[in-house]
Amino acid sequence: MEQSSQDAGERQPVTKKEITADNPTWCPGCGDFSVLSIYYKLIQKRNIPHESVTTVAGIGCSSRFPYFVQAHGVHYIHGRALSFASGLSISRPDLHVFTFGGDGDAFSIGGNHFVHTARKNVKMTYVVMDNFVYGLTKKQTSPTSPLGFKSKTDNWGALDQPVNPMKLAISAGATFVARTSHTNPKHLLEMMDAAMDHDGFSFIECLSECTEFFAGAFDSSNPRKGGEFKLMPEDHDPTDEAAAYAVAGEDFPGRFGIFYQVQRPTKNALEAGVIEAAQSKFKGQQARDILQTNFNKMK
Amino acid sequence: MSETTVSEAKDGSNSQASNISEVTIRLAGNSQDGIQSIGGFLARLAGRSEREVMTMMTIPSTISGGASIFQVRLGSGEVLSPGDKADVLFAFYQHSYDNHVNNLTKGGILVYDSDHVEPCEEWLTKYRHIGIAISSLTVEAIGGTARDKGKNIYALGLIAGMFSLDATKLERLINERFDGKGESIVKTAMDAFQAGCRYQSGDISNLFRLARGGAERSNQVVMSGNEAIGYGLIAAGVRFGAGYPITPWSDIMELLRRELPKYGGSFIQCEDEIASVSMAIGASYGGHVAVTGSSGPGISLKTEAIGWAVMAEMPLVVIDVQRGGPSTGLPTDVEQSDLNIALYGGHGDSPRVVLAASDVEDCFYTAIEAVNIARKFSVPVFVLSDQAIATRIEAFKEPDLKTICKDVELDLSPVPSHKPYDLSSGDGLSQHRAPGTRIEDGRYPVVTGLEHDESGHPSGDAVNHIAMTKKRRNKLKTLADELPVPEVCGADSGDVLLVGWGSTKGPLLEAVEELSNNGDTLSALHIKHINPLPNGLDAIFSRFNSVYVVEMNDGGVYGYGQLAGVLRARFADARIKGINKTAARRWKVSEIIERVKECRVEKLATA
Repeated sequence: MEQSSQDAGERQPVTKKEITADNPTWCPGCGDFSVLSIYYKLIQKRNIPHESVTTVAGIGCSSRFPYFVQAHGVHYIHGRALSFASGLSISRPDLHVFTFGGDGDAFSIGGNHFVHTARKNVKMTYVVMDNFVYGLTKKQTSPTSPLGFKSKTDNWGALDQPVNPMKLAISAGATFVARTSHTNPKHLLEMMDAAMDHDGFSFIECLSECTEFFAGAFDSSNPRKGGEFKLMPEDHDPTDEAAAYAVAGEDFPGRFGIFYQVQRPTKNALEAGVIEAAQSKFKGQQARDILQTNFNKMK
Repeated sequence: MSETTVSEAKDGSNSQASNISEVTIRLAGNSQDGIQSIGGFLARLAGRSEREVMTMMTIPSTISGGASIFQVRLGSGEVLSPGDKADVLFAFYQHSYDNHVNNLTKGGILVYDSDHVEPCEEWLTKYRHIGIAISSLTVEAIGGTARDKGKNIYALGLIAGMFSLDATKLERLINERFDGKGESIVKTAMDAFQAGCRYQSGDISNLFRLARGGAERSNQVVMSGNEAIGYGLIAAGVRFGAGYPITPWSDIMELLRRELPKYGGSFIQCEDEIASVSMAIGASYGGHVAVTGSSGPGISLKTEAIGWAVMAEMPLVVIDVQRGGPSTGLPTDVEQSDLNIALYGGHGDSPRVVLAASDVEDCFYTAIEAVNIARKFSVPVFVLSDQAIATRIEAFKEPDLKTICKDVELDLSPVPSHKPYDLSSGDGLSQHRAPGTRIEDGRYPVVTGLEHDESGHPSGDAVNHIAMTKKRRNKLKTLADELPVPEVCGADSGDVLLVGWGSTKGPLLEAVEELSNNGDTLSALHIKHINPLPNGLDAIFSRFNSVYVVEMNDGGVYGYGQLAGVLRARFADARIKGINKTAARRWKVSEIIERVKECRVEKLATA
C-alpha cells in the first residue's frame, strides 16, 4: 500500500498526541475504539495534512466520532451526514472527507441518502460501525438486528427482515463495497487504506460490537472467541457484481474483504466537467462580466 | 370571415387615437397558446421603451391543457400592481370570454376570436366588442400546415396596431426569441406578426397612443421575480446550492443549475428536500455561503436541518416561494402563509433572520442582502417570495453590476487559534474557519447541533446553555440596530395605517394614492425585515388611530394574521388588527379600499 502522493511533502505526519481529542465516551470494550485508533493510524500512515482531515457524522454512539478526533469535525443531524458530506466533498475537492455512522443512521433514517450518495458516486470514505442495535438510545431494534433479537421495541423478538447492507450498497451502485470487523484491526486498516485509494464513494461496513446492548453479536467471526474470520473466496472477482451480490447473500457471519470495486466517474468529476465546459466560453472573465451577458439579453 | 363585427357600447366609448399613460391588457386563452410568450414580448418592449410594466399570469396546475391568462400593465409612470380590471381583453375561446368578460373596466374593449367565440347579448351593450377571425386570419397569413399556431403572434400584431406600439422593436424581440429555432420558424412568426399589424379596420387601428416613459426609465432590464432572485444570489457571490423540484421554486433551481458552472460553482438536484438543505449546509461549512429553497411543503421538511444551522451558527440562505397552503394546498396560486414557519419552523429556541421581497426588483436586492447577512451573522436567512412575484415580469433600472457583483474568495489562511463560538465580542457574532484552515495551536473546532462550549465541545452545563442561547438571539438584536426604519407612504400620522409585507406592497401603495386623490387619507408602511424587526416601529404606530395589517393569509381564530401576530406580540398593541384574504388571488386595490371602509364602520359601531 502506497502513500498517496499528493499528501507526501516536507511536513511530518501528525502525531498520535496531535490527532487525539476528548476521551471517548464509549463503553469499555466498544468496538468503535478500534475504528478510532485505526483512523489515527491511517491519517499518520498516509501523511494527510492535519488541517484537511474532515470528519463528518450523524447521530448515534459511533457518530460521536468527530469529537474524539483532533481535527475539523462535524456532528450533523440523524441520518443526513452523507448529504452534508456530499456538499462538502463537491464544493471542496481539496479536502479528505470521512463520514462515520452507525446502522440506524445509515440504513434506517439515512437509507434514502445512502442509496443516492452511492449511485451518484460522491467522493468520500464512509465507515458504518454496525452493531445490530440502537445503542445511544438504549437498545431498540435496528434495521440490521437479526430476526428474533429481543429489544425494548421488540419484546418478543424482532419481527422484521433485516436489511443486508452489502446487497443494498451493491444494488445502489456503490463503486467500492467492503466489509470488516473491529476485532481484526489489521484488516480494518487494509480496508480503509483501499477505500482511500479508491476514487469514488467508498463504503465499509465494520462490524463493531456493542458490549452493553448486544454483547457477543459477532463472536462467530472472531477467532479469539472460537469463530472464523472468513475472507473473500480466493477467486473472487471484485468487478463482478453478481458474484459480489451472491457472496453478500451468504449466511451470517458472512465474508470480509472487498466485495465489489469498479471505476466510474465520480459526481465530483462530472460536475467539474460541467464547470469546465461552461467556463470555457467565458475565458478569464470576471463574475460581473459573465452576469452582464445575461442582463444584456433581458433588455 | 375576415369581417370585423363591432358593437358600440351603449355608454359610448371614443374611438379616436387617445393619448393614455397606461393600459392593462388581459389575454385569455389556453395554456398551449403561447399567451405567456406574447405577454413576455409586451413586457420586454415596455422595458426597452422606457416604460414600466408589470405582469400577472395564472398557471393551470395540470401539465397540458387548461385555461391560462396573462395580464400585462404598461405604463409611463409607476406601475404598482398588475391592475385590478383590464382595459382590453383578448378572448381566444368561449370560456375565455365567459370567464373573463367581467374583468373588463366599464367601457373596456373586448377583442374576441370570432372563429371560436359567440358573444353574449347581455354583454354586447356593456363592453365594446370587436370580433376578429384571429384563428383563420392567422392560417391565411402563414399557410395551412401551421393550423392556428401563431395566432398569439398575430394577436401581438393586432395589439401593436391598436396601441401604435413600436413595431420595429417588437420585430427585433420576435427575432431574438425565435433565433436558433430555425429560419422557417422565424419567418412564420414574422409573417403572423406583420399580418396582425396590417389588419386594418377603423375601429381597431391606432386607437391609443401610449405615452413614452421619462428619462429616468432608461436602461431597464426585464425579468421575472424568480430570475431576479437567482441573479441576485449570483451577484452576491453564491456559488453552491442544492434543491429539489417544487412549484413555484423550480425555476430558481434550474437557473442556478444552468448558470453557476460559469462561475466555477455547482447547484445540485438532490433526492429530496432534506438532502438538499443538508448538502447546502455542507457547502456552507466548506466556506461558501450556500443556498437552498423550496415552497411550503419543502420548507416543512427542511426545518430540522435549518435548526441545526441555527445551533451550529452556519450561514445559509433559504428561499421560500410561497404558495397556497397548508400541505399540498394550491400549488399554482398565491398566498402569504409561510411567515410563521419561516420565523419559528423548528423545535427549541431557534432564532433566524427573515426577509420578504415585495416586487421583482426587490427580489434581486433582497437576495443579495440575505447572502450578506448570512455571511456576517453566521445564521440562516429566509427570503420569502410568493407565486405572484415569482412568475411576474417587471422592468426595473439595470443594476450596476460593476459595483454590486461580488466574487468571494475562500479564506483558508492559518490562524494561531480558533473558537468557533467565541463569546467575547458580546454582540453574538462569530465566524467559522473552513476545513483546510490550519489551526496552529492544534485545537481544531467541531461544529455541532448539540449545545456546545466556545470550542464546539458538547456541553450540558446550565450557565453555558444560557450564554449560548443569548449569543444566538443577540445576533439578531445586533442586526436590528443596523436596519433602516421603513418609510411611511402617505401622511406621517393620521387615522389609518395599513401595514403590509411581500407582494401586497404594490396594491397598498396604489390604494394610498387612490384615496389621497379622492381627498381621503390613508397611510401605508411596508415591512421587508420581519425578523428581526427594525427598531422604531412603535413610534410610527403611535401616530395613528388604527393599524391594519393587510396579508394574504387567514385571520385565524382571533382576527389577525401572521405578520399582525408578530407585531401584536412585539408591541402588545391590541389596536393592531388584520385585513386578511385567502382567496388564492392577489389583493386588488379596490378590495383593500373596501375593507378599510368596513373596518372604519365597524370601529365606529363598537366605539
